[in-house]
Amino acid sequence: MEPTLNRPLRRSFVKGLLGTTSFWMASGNASWTAALAAEAAHPYQPTFFDAMEYRFVEAASERLFPADDNGPGAKALGVAEFIDRQMQTPYARGENWYMSGPFQQGPANLGYQLPFVPRDLYRNGIAGVEHYTRQHYGKGFADLSPVQQDEILTALEGGSVQLGEVPGRVFFEQLRTNTLEGAFADPLYGGNRGLGGWIMLGFPGARADFMDWVNQEGAPYPLAPVSISGESA
Amino acid sequence: MGRTHVDAVIVGAGWAGSIMAKELTEAGLSVIMLERGPERTTPVEGAYPESIDELRGAVRKRLFQNLSQSTVTIRNTMDQTALPYRQLAAFLPGEGVGGAGLHWSGVHFRVAPEDLRLRSSVIERYGEKFIPDGMNLQDYGVTYEELEPFFDKAEKVFGTSGEAYKVQGKIVGNGNIFSPDRSDNFPLPAMKDTFSASIFRDAAKNAGYHPYALPAANASRQYTNPYGCQMGPCNFCGYCSGYDCYLYSKASPNVNILPALRQNPGFTLVPNAHVLRIDLDSAKTKATGVTYLDTKSRKEMSLSADLVILGAFQFNNVHLMLVSGIGKPYDPVSNTGTVGRNFVYQTITSSRVWLPSSTYTNQFVGAGGSGVAIDDFNSMNFDHGPLGFVGGSPVWVNQAGVKPIAAAIGAGGGGTPRWGSAYKNALINTYKHSLGIDAHGSNMAYRDVYLDLDPTWKDVYGQPLLRMTFTWKDNDIRMNQYVVSRIEPIARAMGATKMNLVHLNAGQPFDTRNYQTTHLGGGAIMGDNPQTSALNRYLQSWDVSNVFVIGSNAFPQGMGYNPTGVVAALAYWAAHHIRTTYLKSPGPLVKA
Repeated sequence: MEPTLNRPLRRSFVKGLLGTTSFWMASGNASWTAALAAEAAHPYQPTFFDAMEYRFVEAASERLFPADDNGPGAKALGVAEFIDRQMQTPYARGENWYMSGPFQQGPANLGYQLPFVPRDLYRNGIAGVEHYTRQHYGKGFADLSPVQQDEILTALEGGSVQLGEVPGRVFFEQLRTNTLEGAFADPLYGGNRGLGGWIMLGFPGARADFMDWVNQEGAPYPLAPVSISGESA
Repeated sequence: MGRTHVDAVIVGAGWAGSIMAKELTEAGLSVIMLERGPERTTPVEGAYPESIDELRGAVRKRLFQNLSQSTVTIRNTMDQTALPYRQLAAFLPGEGVGGAGLHWSGVHFRVAPEDLRLRSSVIERYGEKFIPDGMNLQDYGVTYEELEPFFDKAEKVFGTSGEAYKVQGKIVGNGNIFSPDRSDNFPLPAMKDTFSASIFRDAAKNAGYHPYALPAANASRQYTNPYGCQMGPCNFCGYCSGYDCYLYSKASPNVNILPALRQNPGFTLVPNAHVLRIDLDSAKTKATGVTYLDTKSRKEMSLSADLVILGAFQFNNVHLMLVSGIGKPYDPVSNTGTVGRNFVYQTITSSRVWLPSSTYTNQFVGAGGSGVAIDDFNSMNFDHGPLGFVGGSPVWVNQAGVKPIAAAIGAGGGGTPRWGSAYKNALINTYKHSLGIDAHGSNMAYRDVYLDLDPTWKDVYGQPLLRMTFTWKDNDIRMNQYVVSRIEPIARAMGATKMNLVHLNAGQPFDTRNYQTTHLGGGAIMGDNPQTSALNRYLQSWDVSNVFVIGSNAFPQGMGYNPTGVVAALAYWAAHHIRTTYLKSPGPLVKA
C-alpha cells in the first residue's frame, strides 16, 4: 500500500511544514495559500461511503473513542475521513487475506472465515445496523442519543445482533480496529488530526531517536510529537 | 533446451539462506538464491521516515507474508476440520529479501546446552517415566561444544551486544550465570537497560534471582563485521520488531551479509521467484534441481543443481519437502514417517505491571533485542521433580518499543471496557505508566501435533496448503502457570500498583487470532535416527542426500530462547561440514 499525499491539506499540516522541502514535495500545490483556501472551501468528501454511511461512521466512531477530559474524540481526530480513505487501499479489498473458498465456519479460535473483505463488512454492516436501529428505535443511528448509540454498540460487541450475513460482533471489531487506527496513525492518512491522538498518549511520533531517554528514572519524555511529514504539535 | 545449471540453489533469502550462500560462494561454488518476495534494501525501503510508519508497517504488514498467495490451515485436534489462516495474527512469517530476519526483533541467544539433549538430560535426572505419554522428547544429535565455534562466528557476523559470564573457563562479567562457557566475549558491550528493564533487574536481584542483559543483535556501538559490513549504533527508536532498521543497527541478512555477497560474481539473487518443488530423480534419492514460478512474468522456470539448500521459513521448508516427495510424510496414527513430525511452537504469555502515575515507563523507547532476563526457571536450571513438567521459560522485560495503534487495539478486555471514555482513560494510563513482563517458554513435541498437507484448500499455485494440527498440552500449560506465578513477587518489588498476570488455562486451545510469537519450529527435525528425524545431525535429508534443510524446522522441541541464534549457528555448522566433507565426496554424511 502506498501512502497518499495528494489529499487537500489540513491547516495544521500545512502550518507544520511551512518552509520545509517536504511541504513543497508533498503538497503538489503552487502555493500554500492555495492549499489553505482549497481546504476551507471544500471539506473532505467521502469517496467510498455515501452520506448516510459517512454519518454513521462519524457517529459510531465518536462513541467508541469519544471526546472527553483526556482530549479529542474520533470526530475531531478525523477518524471517519481516515476510514473512508482506507477503503480505497488494497487492505480494504482484502488483498493480503487468504480469500479462497470454500468458506466453512468453525470454532472462533480458528479465526476469521467469512467471504467478506473490509469494504463488504462496512457496506453490509452499516446497512444492517441502520435497519436494526430503525426497527428498534424508529430512526437512523446518527440521529439517536449517545445513550441509545452505546446500547446498540454494546449489543453488537456482545454478539447478540446479526447484520444480515455479517455477525454484529465482526462488524463491531472492524469498526473498533479502524477507529483506533484512525486515532493513532500518522496524520498522513487523514486521522490523528493535529497529532491529537499522540499528544494524549504521550507518543513522540516520528522522532525515533531516544538515545538520551533510555533510562531517566521514570521521568516523562519532554518533547512533543512530530509527524512523518514534519508537522509538530 | 537444457536447464541452467548451478552448483547450488538456495530457497529463501533470509538468515539461513544468506549464511549458506555466503559460505558456499566462499567455497567457490556458483550459487543462485531464490526468494519468493520482493527485493528489499535499507536505502530504498528502509529509509527514515517512511519506514517508521506504524500503519503501513506492522499494522498493514508491509514486511510479512502475503497470505492471499499462500497460507496454512490450522486445527487443534485430529478430529477437527482445519480451516485456513486467512489473516495474519498468531504468527508473522516474513516475505521478501531478508525474510523474517529483516523484521525480527534481534534477541540473539545461544542455547541452553541441556536443551540440545533434553531427552537424555530429563532421563538422567528424573528417569524415563517422567516423560508424559505421547510426548516425543528427543535430542538434537549435536552438542553445545560442537556448535560453540559457530555461535561465536554468528555473533561476530551479527554484531551482537551482550555481557558474558564465562569466557574460556574464567568468569569475566555480570552475564547469565546459567550460560555455558564461551570461546570469546560478545563483539559489542551490552545494550543499556531501559528504565523498565532496570527496575526489573533490581527487583529480580533482590528476590534472589540472576538477572542479565539480553543478548541483542542491535549494535550498542558502531561495528564492522568480518564480511566488512557496517552497523551504526542503535538509538532505541523502538522500530525493530516488525520493521527494517533505518539506522543499520539491527542485524539482518540485508545489512550484515548481502552487501558482501552481492559483490561475488558467483552469486545471483533472484527475487519474486516462488519455488514450486524440488525436482528429484525417479528413485527420489537425489535432487536434480528446482522448479519455480517467476511471479512477475508468471513463467515457470527450472534450474539444475548439484546441491539444494532449503532455507525458507520453518513451515515453508516442511511444505516444500512434502509437495516434492522428500522423505516419508509423518503419520501420527501408525507413528511412522518423519516429515511433519514434532511440529512445535513456544509457550509465551505477557503479563502487565502498572507503576504509580508519577512514574513514566516511556514504552515507545526501546530496542527489539534489549532488556533484562532471568533464566532461573528456564531449561534444566531448576528442579522439575516436584513440579512434574518438562521445560521452562526465561522471564524478561524486553521493551522493544510499543506503538500507539498496537497499544490501543490491545487495550481493554478481560472485564474492562474496550471502548468509550473509561477505555480511553485506561489506555492512556497503561501506555504511560505500565510495562510488560513475558514468560517466554518452551513447547514440547507430541505424537498428535504435526504438519501435513491439507485435503481441501490450495494456494494460488494450485498446491495443497500445509495443515497444522496444534494445541496447548497439559505439560506446557502447567509449566507456563508455574513460571508466571514466579513473576508476582518480582512485580511487587518493582512497586506495582496493579498487575495483570497472564497465563494459559487448563484445556485452553491454541487461538489463531492473537499474536503470540513467530517462533514456530520442528516438522523436519534433526536427530540421530532416521526413523524419528527427517534430517541427520548436519541438517542433511536422510533420504535425499544432496538436500540440506536449514531452519528452526530442525528443532525437536521449542526452546525457551528465541530461535534465530540457534538457526544461524546450525547454518554455519552445516555449511562447515558441507565445505570440509560433503563437497569432497558428495553423499550421506551419516550412514543411515
